[in-house]
Amino acid sequence: MAENTEERLRRTMMFVPGNNPAMLKDAGIYGADSIMFDLEDAVSLAEKDAARILVYEALTTQNYGDAELVVRINGLDTPFWENDVTAMVKAGIEVIRLPKTESASMLEQLENKIIEVENNFGIPVGTTHMMAAIESAKGVLNAVEIANASDRMIGIALSAEDYTTDLKTHRYADGKELEFARNMILNAARSAEIAAFDTVFSNVDDVEGFMRETNFVHQLGFDGKSLVNPRQIPMVNEVYAPTRKEILHAKSVLAAIEDARIKGSGVISMNGQMVDRPVALRAQRVMKLAKASGLVDEDGVLLG
Amino acid sequence: MVFYLDNNVKRSLPDDLMNKLGYQPYKSTQIENKEVSRATHKVAISTGDNKVSNSIKEIVANNVKDGMTISFHHHFREGDFVFNLVMQEIMDQGIKDLTLAPSSLTNVMNNMVVKAIKAGTVTNITSSGMRGSLGDAVSHGALANPVIFRSHGNRARAIEQGDIKIDVAFLGVPNSDRLGNANGMDGKAVFGSLGYALMDAQYANKVVLLTDNLVPYPNTPASINQTQVDYVVQIDKVGDPEKIGSGATRFTKDPKELKIAAMVNEVITHSPYFKDGFSFQTGSGGAALAVTRYLRESMKNSNIRASFALGGITKPTIDLLEEGLVDKVMDVQDFDKGAAESMHTSRNQQEIDASWYADPYNKGAMVDQLDVVILSALEIDTKFNVNVMTGSDGVIRGAIGGHQDAATGKLTIISAPLVRGRIATIVPEVTTVVTPGDSIDVLVTEVGIAINPKRADLIEAMKKVPGVPVFTIADLQKRASEIVGTPKPIEYTDRTVALVEYRDGTIIDSIKQVKD
Repeated sequence: MAENTEERLRRTMMFVPGNNPAMLKDAGIYGADSIMFDLEDAVSLAEKDAARILVYEALTTQNYGDAELVVRINGLDTPFWENDVTAMVKAGIEVIRLPKTESASMLEQLENKIIEVENNFGIPVGTTHMMAAIESAKGVLNAVEIANASDRMIGIALSAEDYTTDLKTHRYADGKELEFARNMILNAARSAEIAAFDTVFSNVDDVEGFMRETNFVHQLGFDGKSLVNPRQIPMVNEVYAPTRKEILHAKSVLAAIEDARIKGSGVISMNGQMVDRPVALRAQRVMKLAKASGLVDEDGVLLG
Repeated sequence: MVFYLDNNVKRSLPDDLMNKLGYQPYKSTQIENKEVSRATHKVAISTGDNKVSNSIKEIVANNVKDGMTISFHHHFREGDFVFNLVMQEIMDQGIKDLTLAPSSLTNVMNNMVVKAIKAGTVTNITSSGMRGSLGDAVSHGALANPVIFRSHGNRARAIEQGDIKIDVAFLGVPNSDRLGNANGMDGKAVFGSLGYALMDAQYANKVVLLTDNLVPYPNTPASINQTQVDYVVQIDKVGDPEKIGSGATRFTKDPKELKIAAMVNEVITHSPYFKDGFSFQTGSGGAALAVTRYLRESMKNSNIRASFALGGITKPTIDLLEEGLVDKVMDVQDFDKGAAESMHTSRNQQEIDASWYADPYNKGAMVDQLDVVILSALEIDTKFNVNVMTGSDGVIRGAIGGHQDAATGKLTIISAPLVRGRIATIVPEVTTVVTPGDSIDVLVTEVGIAINPKRADLIEAMKKVPGVPVFTIADLQKRASEIVGTPKPIEYTDRTVALVEYRDGTIIDSIKQVKD
């Protein structure tokens, strides 16, 4: 498992077409937790090389702040993926996203190439993280081995368009057709202690449908959603923002932990109840979300 | 050899022209308290009968002479038919050496002005701005004398002081009676407030109304009245109603514009001015409409009402009036049909003239009472000086409008992206200084804000606003240049093609002819 996985918020992964200079230039301004530059589906065959060069230039010259930078490379069944990996690892990309992942061996193939490039450019081996997009029934059934394929893995994502086609159905408003895949992917991710990303919701104007789906995947436990439009970012953040009550509770938990630390006490209790590890972890996550949502200031003081 | 002198925004001004035209260099945004005299004008006495004519030819022949100053208003914007009709007639009659002094020049007038310059009909221009083929022609030296650019408030001042002495004003109106009682609200080509034209009606020696809608006498409500008008000329059509509305009237979906608008709203609501009874001016365009929408939500949530909204008015501002979130709309110009039409029905939508709106030399202008103002910029530099006049290629393509005037508001916010396409908006030095940085308080971009160092109070107030990162303007300029690089300097000749006045009539900058 890659380090930092526990701490990093991944509520929003925004897709940016790799062949669109204006969108590449502005991708950093919307506050996405992760930005995913796309060299695959968004880019036509004729533009594959141009987009790779453009994304390389963007990564090496533009300022994307604290966002986690991800590139979706072309599939292992294309003649483009090796060049994609070479350019992106050289550019210092944080995460390579493999599309149409169906097995752990595909990630092994990707990792071998990454190791080769890291060595070639003097980048410490292991620097580049990986994530997998699962887009087929086979991929869903192999989700556990995929999620646990490598220490470089930071997450797995459901890609519902291809997946529903593979199932011989299509996407419905209520999302029932995705029930199995969502639960499978979420549990696989958690078994590997990595992130789980829900699929995109492509009708940007259906705010109600988007909120319904986001609330649902939040309830399931997903880290966040893949997005096609920056306007969806504040909506996801709203769903993931903790309530005032949750923040106050988290603060008491953390205060109790601090109190116990000062007293040198091994057992942490709050209002007579024991504070165990899951409670402590949840409190930390709530405070992190509260900060990211602008509900508390840098010192954890509630605003508003 | 051209000599230059510097003004207080460190711009070199052509010494010879300054002396010849009797100009002083810009000193300060502070307007001195002093007594001034108003200009006067000639009045041709009449009982009011026999004002109506069907012949623009006859009116021009009897009233326009070589060397005169003529004026127009731009309330019809891109739907204007009056300007081209009158100018063509003036050219046909071979009249020469006119000074053109409209409130502004819109694109629909460009080709006619270029033609009139070439014919020698027009040899001087003063305007709020110019764009397109006309701006291009002037920047390449088409006009022998420099254009004088003045803000809306400054034009009112110049007319009142006699710096602009209008011989004949040709004013298009969507209705008039036979004596010249007219307003901008009734008829086909309605534009609402006659704000800018009211100055011409009051101060020109001759006032010619042109209308396609002669109504029974007496016509009320009358914005221009019969005591001011010499002639009423009937023409087929004064304007195209479809093209009068300007800018976006719908809420933008551009995520970057929305982000900037939301941040502008955060700055307003976290400022000390956001309290019951505050006042604001937002302007037109998609981003301004978005700010109005966010502001509306914030006002509702905080239970805050504004005492007035000022300036160019749009339908979303009228919605605030109707919802009771704004008590009064002080209206010098209407940017869309919704705003123009509501003037009819709403007693709280007050038509104001350009002097009342923004003239620094009167007994109190509305802009001096303004709390919050949101303005745009083609460029803003690290001293917060703003350019709304010339492009990054040095060519004239803008207008001062009310920019200098409204910037005197207590919280002046410039809303602008870091870069547009491959051109930086935030630059080390603006191409042309139009509004001095001393009157700008906050710059809002898509990545964060910069606060004028003079406003320590605002720096303190914005310290801990979630989602509003504060940078120095030098940081933001650096970020812009990291995106687009450093452009080659523009090449100019020695010749001055335009002078930009500050609102008190001093010169804040000059514009040079660009090299081909």
